[in-house]
Amino acid sequence: MTAPLLDIEGLRIEVERTGAAVVDDVSFQIRSGEFLAVVGESGSGKTVAARAVLGLLPPGLRRVSGRIVLDGKDLAKVSPKHLRALRGPAVGMVFQEPMVSLNPAISVGRQMAEGLSLHLRLPRQEIRARCLDMLARVQIRDPAHTFDAYPHEFSGGMRQRIMLASVMLLKPKLLIADEPTTALDTLTQREVLDLMVDLARDHGTSVVLITHNLGLVARYAQRAVVMQQGRLVETGAARQILSAPQQVYTRQLVEALPRRTTGAVRRSAGELLMSVSGLKVEFGGRRRFFQRKPGMRAVDGVDLDIHAGETVAVVGGSGSGKTTLGRAMLRLIPSAAGQVRFRGKDVPAVADRDFRLSSQLVFQDPYSSLDPRMRVGDIVAEPLRHVTGLSAGDRAKRVDRMLDEVGLAGFGGRWPHELSGGQRQRIAIARAIVRDPLFVVADEPVSALDMTIQAQVLKLFERLQVRYGFACLFISHDLAAVEQVADRVVVMQGGRIVEQGSRDDIFDRPQHDYTKALLAAAPVLDFGKPDEQRVRA
Amino acid sequence: MKIRANTAIGGFLIGVLVATAVTAAFWTPFDPLRVNLRARLQPPSALYWLGTDEFGRDVLSRTMAGAGTSVTVAFLTVAFAVVIGAALGVVTGYVRGWTDRVIMAVNDALLAFPGILLALGVMIVVGANKFGIVLALGLAYIPSVVRVVRGTVLSIREKEYIEASRVIGNSEFYSMARHVLPNSLAPVAVLATSMFGWVLLAESALSFLGLGVPPPAPTWGNMLASSRPYMESAAWLSIAPGLCIALTLLGINLLGDSLRDRLDPRMAHG
Repeated sequence: MTAPLLDIEGLRIEVERTGAAVVDDVSFQIRSGEFLAVVGESGSGKTVAARAVLGLLPPGLRRVSGRIVLDGKDLAKVSPKHLRALRGPAVGMVFQEPMVSLNPAISVGRQMAEGLSLHLRLPRQEIRARCLDMLARVQIRDPAHTFDAYPHEFSGGMRQRIMLASVMLLKPKLLIADEPTTALDTLTQREVLDLMVDLARDHGTSVVLITHNLGLVARYAQRAVVMQQGRLVETGAARQILSAPQQVYTRQLVEALPRRTTGAVRRSAGELLMSVSGLKVEFGGRRRFFQRKPGMRAVDGVDLDIHAGETVAVVGGSGSGKTTLGRAMLRLIPSAAGQVRFRGKDVPAVADRDFRLSSQLVFQDPYSSLDPRMRVGDIVAEPLRHVTGLSAGDRAKRVDRMLDEVGLAGFGGRWPHELSGGQRQRIAIARAIVRDPLFVVADEPVSALDMTIQAQVLKLFERLQVRYGFACLFISHDLAAVEQVADRVVVMQGGRIVEQGSRDDIFDRPQHDYTKALLAAAPVLDFGKPDEQRVRA
Repeated sequence: MKIRANTAIGGFLIGVLVATAVTAAFWTPFDPLRVNLRARLQPPSALYWLGTDEFGRDVLSRTMAGAGTSVTVAFLTVAFAVVIGAALGVVTGYVRGWTDRVIMAVNDALLAFPGILLALGVMIVVGANKFGIVLALGLAYIPSVVRVVRGTVLSIREKEYIEASRVIGNSEFYSMARHVLPNSLAPVAVLATSMFGWVLLAESALSFLGLGVPPPAPTWGNMLASSRPYMESAAWLSIAPGLCIALTLLGINLLGDSLRDRLDPRMAHG
């Protein structure tokens, strides 16, 4: 066997000030042309470990011990100048956030050319030709135009392709991709990753994919490294790790993947609770003096019924209008046309008291949905202001019970910043449920959370729903979560509903092409065991 | 709780200041207004610790007596500007639309005037007395408070907890007062402490132009202003009030910083 391309041994990285280990005794190798996944939750040190290869540690962190050998050279003994020369031609990196990893003030072409002109001495024409070739290779429609365009003209998926193109231009031996598709929707995610694999194969590049998504590991990686709190938990063949995890933590991760609850739809649908017809929402329309310029239709004529106690999931790619639909149904944003009926009564454009008090919203980002200057107990108590005939004692009791219900008994006196993301989301859920609503819109409630936390929060949500019997509009791009919680599924594309049906119908017998594409793009863990169902990740 | 050096030094300076002002209300070494032409421009001595001014009045007594006036005027002015400015800023940033456009148009017009000119105009209308100064300087400083608050409010109003408040069924006014306002005040605390200094100086500028607190009542501002011709021959006249202004500013700034940190739950444990 040949020597590995990259050999990390006993790597330890500390916080300079406190000496706390961020990465502790981590060793792994990657061979030439191999696809390795580094898996872990936030705080596991996976990003820091990978960045150490390039010598790009965030300020305040320091490598204490360990060897990083790239292609026979020990990077610890290499001068910073030499290390800089390695970045690009030897090791390339693609970052998570395509919206901010390209410089908005420089044209795409110049950014791509930067690496080439820095590391290779080539005539301008040659550089341009190579860039155009590469842009065509990553399936950008009009390379010549793209070359002179600026980053803001492109969507997240396109930018990530441009990023990939500019990194691969230098034909690096090793490509480090740090959650490259986390900010993208499922369809785009698949396109970008497929491209990455193709390019890597063409150039013989090894890939380190840093991810929290086990589905991607199953689909793309040959080997996987599992990390937890800075330590290496398990390494081995990707299939092996996923189908027969040896360590407790790895098993937890695999088990945390959402699964379809066995049996058909959980409850028979109750009475008709909400009914939306012909709903349209427009953005950016401008009234001029005499004519009205039509805006972008985010929601374009949606009809939807929701029955008491059921969970209706809305799925679709980014820009499909699913978030807008949720807000418009709650009458939080003005709609251009259409009706919202709640319990047989028409809800006016400015929601009436009855509807406002019986509907609630759970947000995606638990970091911005809680007022940082209010204690947790006060946050949960706030909706009770509008419940009449409740004494201060009753109110406190109800808040305590609710906190207990979401597993955070005794947290009332804490501040939001003292809680983790998962705990914050529990508080947000408690706030939504405390007034016993009939209808809850949950807008990507678990997308911002770690895998194991996602599973806990989803389970909590389901339990609360059984207990309190509210109907839920579950907005998500995460098909796995949808498969676990939904009774019915609505598929949206371009502001319209293209297909709706029971969960099993949509997942097992999709009719519309867009639904099929969505399902195909979602990676699946399939271990080929007859007694175990397929798990979507 | 651990008390930081900031808080300790700031607290000490302001404590001394308040103690002085209170003492001066009952007792000063000499009557700050008594003219004694035989003791004109005496340098500091055992009798007159900080010397005497051009009318033979005791500088120490006048500095002590001026502390109350100067600091009261500055404090009231800042309070007035911050309360009105923050209220307008929150409303204009939160409500947007026509309200925003009208308030900001007036505000920007006021901002275009030099503050002191604006204050002069107001002083001429309301007359030269303590409350005239508070009103005049307050009005002159409101526009910058409005600008700063509106800027923060524009970002705060897009936060999801504001939408959450709306979903709960809270009125717009309640959301503004309970969620938007407290979260928009951190930059105001910083602005207010620096404003305190500007006001102390602006008051002296007004006095210099003959529109401040009318003589013979002492303020640090008018003491500083009247000491100007004697800068070379009797430097002690300007040193005493000047040093007082400087130390007060230092104290207020230190205290303001620690107050801002203390009020923010995210910083309170640092």
